[in-house]
Amino acid sequence: MNNKLDKFFVPILSVIFGLLIGALIIALIGYNPILGYQSMLNSSLGNSLSIGETLRTATPLILTALGFAVANYVGLFNIGLSGQALAGWVGSIWFALVFDGLPKIILLPGSILAGILACALIGIIPGILKVFFNTSEVITTIMMNYILLFVSTHITHNIWPKSFMQGTDSTKIISNNASLRTEWLTNLTGGSRLNLGFLLALIFIILIYVLIKYTTLGFEIKTIGLNPIAAKYSGISLKKTIVSAMAISGGLAGLAGATEGLGTFQNFFIQSQSLGIGFDGMAVALLGSGSPIGIFISALLFAVLKNGAPGMNLAGIPPEIVNVIIAIIIFFVGAKYLIKYFITVEPKKEVKGEENK
Amino acid sequence: MSKTTTETLNAIEMKNITKIFGNFKANDDINITLKKGEILALLGENGAGKSTLMNILSGLLQPTSGQILLNGKLTNIDSPATASKLGIGMVHQHFMLIDDFTVEENISLGYENTKHFFLDKNKTEQEIKQISEQYGLGIDLKQKVADITVGMQQRVEILKVLYRGADILILDEPTAVLTPQEIDELIEIMHGLTKEGKSIILITHKLDEIRKIADRVTVIRRGKTIDTFSTKGVSNKELAQLMVGREVSFKTKKPESLPTKTVLSIRNLIVENKQGIQSVNDVDLDVLAGEVVGIAGIDGNGQSELIQAILGLTKIKSGTIEILDNDVTNKNVKDIIQQAGNIVGQVPEDRQKEGLVLDMNIAENIILKTYNRYPNSSKGILNYKNINSHARDLITEFDIRTTNEQNKVKSLSGGNQQKVIIAREIDQNPELLIISNPTRGLDVGAIEYIHQRIIEQRTSGKAVLLVSFELDEIMNLSDRIAVMHAGKIQGIVNAKSTNEEQLGLLMAGVSNGGENE
Repeated sequence: MNNKLDKFFVPILSVIFGLLIGALIIALIGYNPILGYQSMLNSSLGNSLSIGETLRTATPLILTALGFAVANYVGLFNIGLSGQALAGWVGSIWFALVFDGLPKIILLPGSILAGILACALIGIIPGILKVFFNTSEVITTIMMNYILLFVSTHITHNIWPKSFMQGTDSTKIISNNASLRTEWLTNLTGGSRLNLGFLLALIFIILIYVLIKYTTLGFEIKTIGLNPIAAKYSGISLKKTIVSAMAISGGLAGLAGATEGLGTFQNFFIQSQSLGIGFDGMAVALLGSGSPIGIFISALLFAVLKNGAPGMNLAGIPPEIVNVIIAIIIFFVGAKYLIKYFITVEPKKEVKGEENK
Repeated sequence: MSKTTTETLNAIEMKNITKIFGNFKANDDINITLKKGEILALLGENGAGKSTLMNILSGLLQPTSGQILLNGKLTNIDSPATASKLGIGMVHQHFMLIDDFTVEENISLGYENTKHFFLDKNKTEQEIKQISEQYGLGIDLKQKVADITVGMQQRVEILKVLYRGADILILDEPTAVLTPQEIDELIEIMHGLTKEGKSIILITHKLDEIRKIADRVTVIRRGKTIDTFSTKGVSNKELAQLMVGREVSFKTKKPESLPTKTVLSIRNLIVENKQGIQSVNDVDLDVLAGEVVGIAGIDGNGQSELIQAILGLTKIKSGTIEILDNDVTNKNVKDIIQQAGNIVGQVPEDRQKEGLVLDMNIAENIILKTYNRYPNSSKGILNYKNINSHARDLITEFDIRTTNEQNKVKSLSGGNQQKVIIAREIDQNPELLIISNPTRGLDVGAIEYIHQRIIEQRTSGKAVLLVSFELDEIMNLSDRIAVMHAGKIQGIVNAKSTNEEQLGLLMAGVSNGGENE
């Protein structure tokens, strides 16, 4: 019962509270909240084009959130999703540009794998620092966000040959053979940028679900996350498992970056700051209680809110209100004890009694 | 009315106390009376309702119904602060002391004397000293708590409640961590306290102590008062029967031990801790198939480190460990416990921290060491059908009281949690079973069961290494007893021909105790 409460009611109530308080704020600054939300939904789900774009926005969020969740299952906080996604983006575009002439059946998977592998390796670094030197992964992953951001600029400016570039700050568009876009998805969604990355995200939702629930590696990951000492006493290798989980976590973030590069943007261009998908992914994972299905639903919600911001604007409401709503939702997820307090004032004691039996 | 004269002799009367959590009655119409200047023992199994009752008395919980009379007057104890003000003090089983503070600082914490906004340490010191001398506690106030023995720490706890003006002391399992000699000293202190007019409620499962310490005993079972009577002339058997509600055997029946081949062989083992101190100092020990070797000793004399070294959980500085003629010195845990079909089983010291994952369910805890093997999994995929059905079998076989195998382990009682571990380890049929404090905090029913299981293993030809701080347990189960003191084996004695006194001396580091091997 308690568990269901955590996983199910807290997120739902958080969203409801977020939307209600958002409405209150909209009303307070003198606009009509109903009109605002209507126009927001219209902007993100109003026609096939906007639905396509919303699903496209959800794609990297699903993947970074899955990455965050896997690290979290083993008990680590991967704040480096943003830098890892960036590395995945750069890596996949690099592969696509170098092996330009290869047929699609090799070039596309190759580019995707390049993105995933680059980041799996990058994810391993904080994992290794953690298990051998007990370095806080929070700090190393945050610092690596900056390192990777500036390395990506350096690569673009100084390492890639002129032939890759289009101007100084962005690469050429990748060849069709490396693109995740397909005609049928584009046509289906009225010319949106929705691409195969979305299907990959769906596949990985299932894969991660299976990993955590049905594999021995997933069992090791969960055990360590819940009680590392008991895991050690049972002969589970903490080092191997933590590093593996960080590799998977990084790899998923890398895949998120690859879908941005190979799907959404078709090239790489200099980023002035860390990628938002990394940090939004953490929020999505929190809201989704770390479960793959929860992550899918909350990524969709985030995408609806984010793509609805221009709609708010059309209704005359400052689009930043959407970020306020997201922040309130995350606040309530974080403050789950508050919510639990409201809905379990009575049953609370009963739980205690059962333990005494 | 005439009752005033008789009832003012009672320090505490708890009348018809009922406490209901949801639909569970933790206390059901309980009556206890503590006379002035007496020691009353409160006896009951885990979950019988003792803690709930004492939490009500110390103000942590409010009764659903019932009355508390303090010195004959109806009193409402609505918070721990009120209880303290009324002179009720509790000494908890787990000490509430700050290691880096001195004894004096710990005692005065929250009750400091001040003079012009500054601490008045002189006054505090004098006050504490006076109490310490009055009751013959003999505590050095200037030492850090970290540097004094566990027995002393307990006296600090007692002094703490006395300093706060307690007339009624509640002691929760006070002897769990003490040596036999320290227990005797504690008993003396307790009798000294009652002579000075203090009244004491003693919570314990140890039947011997009840008879030695207490004047009267109240037995509680399943939230109800069963009986209250004088401890004079009561036998352990009667006490246990009242507590559990059925007959209990103390001496685990065991046939002659017939040791055969050497299963565990330790030679010149040295383990250093982080500070470079030798926590295990040149230990030689053999455990044969078909015997139980008990390791007796006071907590912190190298027992945990010895076990950790055998299991590969800590680095060995020098020496060798062989299990069935395989050198396992400094191998990793997985290789040691999972080699060739789980040769080594272990019941760890701290069941909740080391033995179980509390947030996982029973089935998952049962496969903690075998998840990566057929039939629990194949090719990296877990087979929950097999896992769950096997867990259900073990729940029946080991009498784990729960509704189903999907329940989280943290919802089980201590005894049932321990049964989950015992089930997991014995189910693997290990050649060597290493067990640390298997019954700590459990009630006699559970203890009896677990002891039987351990002896069964030994009688079926397995080697058992048992570490316990409970001398009774060591003496009851072991065939040979090795006593550890300051990292060394102080002596190895035959369990049949030794006695508590000899073991106590060895535990205290007197080396001539063990000459009968």
